[in-house]
Amino acid sequence: MVDTGFDAGFFVRWMVAAAGLVEQEAGRLTELDSAIGDADHGTNMQRGFAAVVKTLESEPPATPGAVLVTAGRQLISTVGGASGPLYGTLLRRAGKSLGEASEVTVAELQAGLRAGVESVRELGGAAPGDKTMVDALLPGVEALGTSLDAAAGAAEEGALATVPMRAQKGRASYLGERSIGHQDPGATSSALLFAALAEVAR
Amino acid sequence: MRMLINVAETVVADALRGMAAAHPELVVDVANRVIVRRDAPVAGKVALLSGGGSGHEPLHGGFVGPGMLDAACPGEVFTSPVPDQMVRAATAVDAGRGVLFVVKNYTGDVLNFRMAAELAEDEGVQVASVLVDDDVAVRDSTFTAGRRGTGATLFVEKIAGAAAEEGMPLERVEAVARKVVASSRSFGVALSACSTPAKGSPTFDLPPGELELGVGIHGEPGRERRAMMTSHEIADFAVDAILEDLRPRLPVLVLVNGMGATPLLELYGFGAEVHRVLDERGVSVARTLVGNYVTSLDMAGCSVTLCQVDEELLRLWDAPVATAGLRWGR
Repeated sequence: MVDTGFDAGFFVRWMVAAAGLVEQEAGRLTELDSAIGDADHGTNMQRGFAAVVKTLESEPPATPGAVLVTAGRQLISTVGGASGPLYGTLLRRAGKSLGEASEVTVAELQAGLRAGVESVRELGGAAPGDKTMVDALLPGVEALGTSLDAAAGAAEEGALATVPMRAQKGRASYLGERSIGHQDPGATSSALLFAALAEVAR
Repeated sequence: MRMLINVAETVVADALRGMAAAHPELVVDVANRVIVRRDAPVAGKVALLSGGGSGHEPLHGGFVGPGMLDAACPGEVFTSPVPDQMVRAATAVDAGRGVLFVVKNYTGDVLNFRMAAELAEDEGVQVASVLVDDDVAVRDSTFTAGRRGTGATLFVEKIAGAAAEEGMPLERVEAVARKVVASSRSFGVALSACSTPAKGSPTFDLPPGELELGVGIHGEPGRERRAMMTSHEIADFAVDAILEDLRPRLPVLVLVNGMGATPLLELYGFGAEVHRVLDERGVSVARTLVGNYVTSLDMAGCSVTLCQVDEELLRLWDAPVATAGLRWGR
């Protein structure tokens, strides 16, 4: 794998691509959420990422880290629910760990996202297997070491693997056994982040 | 599903404009989604702030006013509000004696209020938080999200609101609120699912002739589905589920709450059954409130909340309150 650097423009394109995928998949996210949650995940993520794109395009930050911090802050301010703080923390923490560098390598991005996922786990208290976004984020981040396409595939597989899990966190946990057999909406939207990353790198 | 709306995207803003028009005693900031009592900050008084997803009206905006909340932050339908709203509201109502956040125990509300508390403290506002988790339908464990906050929220906001109105300091108001939480339990039943404006159709399928036992207030399905039961049988089931968890030694406040689409005629009939079971189980009733207070959009069904009260809590419950959704004693 060629470890070329990614600049702020790349990171903006990543967030724009993520917003596009969220928009495209919003109906499906809401449908998944209606089975084991409250039928609004697609709508909430759409609102949040639309705000992210608007901010990034009107005032493009100078560094990759600043792009992620700005995106995270926007998600916290606009999404609400559990997804706002969790996605916001993921991106803010990852952005902070990238520091002031004007270009970052895949290895640095992986380290940043690893720190972000760690913060998500601290905030939400979720462990792997709890049927949450962590189940897509963790395999996605680990597979970044192989390639961006591998990360997208691993995150997608991680989201699919939530189907037989019994939810232990978030609103789906109130269903107990009845949460089994449904794909987790948060893991599904998390996989979109990695799909968008692979898409802009192609 | 036919709804009395313009478009789904503006339902919350439209309702807030309506609240502003109907209640000049409130300051309704439609753009920033904050409802504040017009005389806030009230000198010498601890302020009470709550919030949560929309779709539970009159909770929380309908409980802003003398004797109850100082401010409420409505989120999108069934979605926690964001920290920005809470910080704005906290700084608007803080009279220098601190602000108590009343938070229903849902992951989203907990995370957003936690972030807001940190930000508000950065701005010099002293914040205490109380978590409401009264729903016995959720089997609690340290590995899960814990019990949901439902009907007891009304008891907490009313009783802690009265404590603040009496001039109690923040620690005392917080202690009163915690005592109400510890003394309250709820159980809910759905006779139909609700439809969110964004989705436009029921959030779960409930075949005719069946009901969901142990539902929350966000259109999420319950723990168990059974063939339709009578009001008598539902009251037995709901009250016994509560008494299994909380065995009151003192008289109780009873909230017979409608989920939004069940007529008062049915709710009062159900209230009679609730009183019958409590009498059979040897629990004495201090006060009863029947109506639609903690709703779930257009869901049909009801919940029962019991709160055992000592003399102080009962006095605070009886104290005057003047809000859009709850009003007595003035």
